[in-house]
Amino acid sequence: MAKVKPPKASVFIDMTPMVDMAFLLVTFFILTTQFRPDEPVQVNTPSSTWTSTPPEHGKVTITIAPDSRVFFDLDNQNFRRDLLQRMGDTYGISFSEDELNAFATGSSIGIPMSSLKGYLDLSPEDRRKVQQPGIPVDSTKNMSNELGIWLINARIAGNNPVILIKGDKLSNYPAVKNVFKTLQDNKVNKFGLITSEEAAPTTKQLQ
Amino acid sequence: MAELQEGGDVQSHRGKKRGHVRAKKMSTRIDMTPMVDLGFLLVTFFILTTTMTKPKAMQVVMPDKDVKDTSEMSKIRASEAMTILLGGNDKVYYYYGIENPQIQSTDYKKIRDTLIAHNNYVLGLEAANGWDKKGVIVLIKPTNDSKYENLVDMLDEMKITNIKSYAIVDVTTDELAMIPK
Repeated sequence: MAKVKPPKASVFIDMTPMVDMAFLLVTFFILTTQFRPDEPVQVNTPSSTWTSTPPEHGKVTITIAPDSRVFFDLDNQNFRRDLLQRMGDTYGISFSEDELNAFATGSSIGIPMSSLKGYLDLSPEDRRKVQQPGIPVDSTKNMSNELGIWLINARIAGNNPVILIKGDKLSNYPAVKNVFKTLQDNKVNKFGLITSEEAAPTTKQLQ
Repeated sequence: MAELQEGGDVQSHRGKKRGHVRAKKMSTRIDMTPMVDLGFLLVTFFILTTTMTKPKAMQVVMPDKDVKDTSEMSKIRASEAMTILLGGNDKVYYYYGIENPQIQSTDYKKIRDTLIAHNNYVLGLEAANGWDKKGVIVLIKPTNDSKYENLVDMLDEMKITNIKSYAIVDVTTDELAMIPK
């Protein structure tokens, strides 16, 4: 006896809209994503209700780690090359082409000038393993306050960049104070503190 | 979309023999499952790696250190001033005025109401005396025990409470001595 078969439904579903959507999302994420550069230290920034975003390019970022180490970063590769050359001139160190390239493609730096050359000579893998001691910062205007010298040279090399401070929530105030003081000593009286976003209280809450 | 139509309604022609010989109709559908798999794999990857929250920047303006001409500096009245000391362990201390400070202890939650109340009080005082309407002038003095987060929180309070005049000032030894242990 022949079975009554229900009309055979196709096992294929039309996936075209699904594929369309998936690739639309892929395209969106590819275009909006920016890969975070290798940072020598992870900082957890405090939150604030400020909503202005720092510029994409042309900025100096001074990172203050929870253990008070200070890192310096200028964001443009061409500027970084020029910066290192200027730093070398200031401290009487000459950097080779390879060292300049290594520095230009790098990110935040937390190495004192005395050991910077040796650090740049390492292979990229070894460089990542180095525990960076941080840039020496003190309350003077001398050559020993290397952050000040970095700042002066970066302002020339970087075509007057925006100065940003990226501190960890738990950074101790004396470390922050030294950075503030160095900025003020170099006539940088206007700068930004990088924070993550936090919802602003409503006006009702403020009553 | 991907199917060829030879005029008329597709439904009406289905299964009918037409006049000419046709090659066996190949399915126009391709199995898109691997493509979808790959697509969603990529979507997942980008969702996980992307950082949607862009960092924000709080603007800070510090006073010029070497000002030679002090005549242009604005004078403040003691009754308009308020000093906030940022202590260790997320403690906040504050006092009004300059002389004979009566130091009071509070925390980061309650300070907002204190600031709003005192700002309104100072604005009333200025209106009554015909002074410039500057509002309260806040001196933020972080101690060495305070954390960076404390400073950022306090600067943020200034924005939230709409206090325009404030400065980050070094703490004095007298004030340090006043902080209850």
